Amino acid sequence: MNALSLRNLRKIYNNGFEALKGIDLDVEAGDFFALLGPNGAGKSTAIGIISSLVNESSGSVSIFGHDLRRERAKAKSCIGLVPQEVNFNQFDTVKSILLNQAGYYGLSRKLALQRTEYCLKQMDLWDKRDTVSRRLSGGMKRRVMIARALVHAPKLLILDEPTAGVDIEIRRSMWQMMQEVNQQGTTIILTTHYLEEAESLCRNIAIINHGKIVENSDMASLLARLHVEHFVLDLARPIAAAPVLEGCQIERVTDKTLSVAVPKEHSLNKLFSQLTAQNIEVTSLKNKTNRLEQLFMDLIDSNPIGSKATGNK
Amino acid sequence: MNYSIAFRTIVTKEIFRFIRIWPQTLLPPAITTALYFLIFGKLIGDRIGTISGASYMDYIVPGIILMSVISHSYANVVSSFYSTKFQRNIEELLVAPIPNWVILGGYVSGGIIRGLLVGIVVTLISLLFTDITVNNIAIALSIAVLTATVFSLAGFINAILAESFDDISIIPNFVLTPLSYLGGVFYSVNMLPSIWQNISMGNPILYMINAFRYGLIGVTDVDIQMTFIITGGFIITLTLFSLYLLHKGIGIKN
Ligand SMILES: Nc1ncnc2c1ncn2[C@@H]1O[C@H](COP(=O)(O)OP(=O)(O)OP(=O)(O)O)[C@@H](O)[C@H]1O
Ligand SMILES: [Mg+2]
Repeated sequence: MNALSLRNLRKIYNNGFEALKGIDLDVEAGDFFALLGPNGAGKSTAIGIISSLVNESSGSVSIFGHDLRRERAKAKSCIGLVPQEVNFNQFDTVKSILLNQAGYYGLSRKLALQRTEYCLKQMDLWDKRDTVSRRLSGGMKRRVMIARALVHAPKLLILDEPTAGVDIEIRRSMWQMMQEVNQQGTTIILTTHYLEEAESLCRNIAIINHGKIVENSDMASLLARLHVEHFVLDLARPIAAAPVLEGCQIERVTDKTLSVAVPKEHSLNKLFSQLTAQNIEVTSLKNKTNRLEQLFMDLIDSNPIGSKATGNK
Repeated sequence: MNYSIAFRTIVTKEIFRFIRIWPQTLLPPAITTALYFLIFGKLIGDRIGTISGASYMDYIVPGIILMSVISHSYANVVSSFYSTKFQRNIEELLVAPIPNWVILGGYVSGGIIRGLLVGIVVTLISLLFTDITVNNIAIALSIAVLTATVFSLAGFINAILAESFDDISIIPNFVLTPLSYLGGVFYSVNMLPSIWQNISMGNPILYMINAFRYGLIGVTDVDIQMTFIITGGFIITLTLFSLYLLHKGIGIKN
């Protein structure tokens, strides 16, 4: 069963800009799915169409088998949305935001109170329940939106950059919470610009660029496609010039740092013995970029379709 | 699916909204209308004598009550729905499985309740100045409810089409207030030269005020049936138009 199926989804905004150029996408039930892409790629547009905030120009959306046009209410009840920008009533208290949301989804008062308490506790917001929402910090506002999205226990949770502008501690707790929710059976679609976040959380991935899907596969096989890994080496002693090593490209960054591009078939043991042979002592090694980031950049660079998207934030 | 919970949620939210800001929503009409009654009804009215057998004070009470109902039902929906739209809070309703007619019904009910509540407040104030024996309570109440419905719907449409806070004050200031004053709150159209009488007959608010006046004190310049036909016609047309705008997502969706 697919949690989400998009077929030939297109969006042309009123100003004539084509933000989605016919995308097809399937997300399986239970998946933790990453929807990635640079600013202005069309992620929020796609999410907007899925969650009925944006009218599609053509194409179809189906949510757990319910066509969004024909079985609107059923399809909509399956979705919980965490939008990219704050959109709750800033004059309402945290608790009433959740209670109203529960009401919109038809939950009885008793159940609404129970779910509100559960979700606020899960998001570590229970002490803030009577606070007027505009007095919350940015990170708390994001958590309110996650709690709100979960209040009716949706089968599909869509998060549009939930961790943007959130401190690392809260981000970690959000990761843990997302994993928990996913393990409890909720399908999650996540967009983020933190690629290490996507790499560690998500099982499947789609990359969208200029309104087209340029990559759609599972994370493991995507990462396996990385042919060359880039490392940064810190050296014990300064060197005057970059050494020449067979099979690897080396660049001298400073007199005590080297940047090395290592092909997949070239083992690190071999690299180190080559360095030792040249009397170069390495004190530490790290990945130059996160692996997904490197693939991402390659994919985006190889798809510079047409002009740059307008309105990049 | 059962939408009664969603409907009740919207209506309750609307009621809490205007009660929470009662110094802006419930207090001002009490003060302004008390001044109307004092100045026009008492001080000036005592020198005017009677219109169609009613004292001037009694003559203006129904018009002032209904004028408050009109402006407050309109104001409630236009400002609430526009700020919902402006804060993007409307997205909560668009994402949720709520049909458009429930959204419309919820906001319009909120407007009707505010309009009627203000109507009650103004009626209570009027009791400080005069005591009216009600002529026909059923007509008075039904006209008040129908009028509140018409203007709540109109406020909803205004909010959907508005693109700035200026746009939500144009209609109340430049259309509703003049039409209410010219709708015979303070005078009988029979007092006007005949050309102005004919022009006034094109003002729907005139029918509502007179029918309401008939319900309260038994005096009217118009045929009551016409008022029911006119308000009914407006309600149907405005409802269909609102639903069309919501369906197309005009002003609220991309
Ligand atoms: N209402 C609109 N009218 C016209 N163009 C729009 C509108 N909303 C978005 N766009 C354009 O559509 C494109 C896709 O925007 P979208 O918000 O979907 O990008 P995104 O992938 O979510 O980007 P980000 O990572 O910055 O959030 C952008 O070029 C944007 O300028
Ligand atoms: Mg976005």
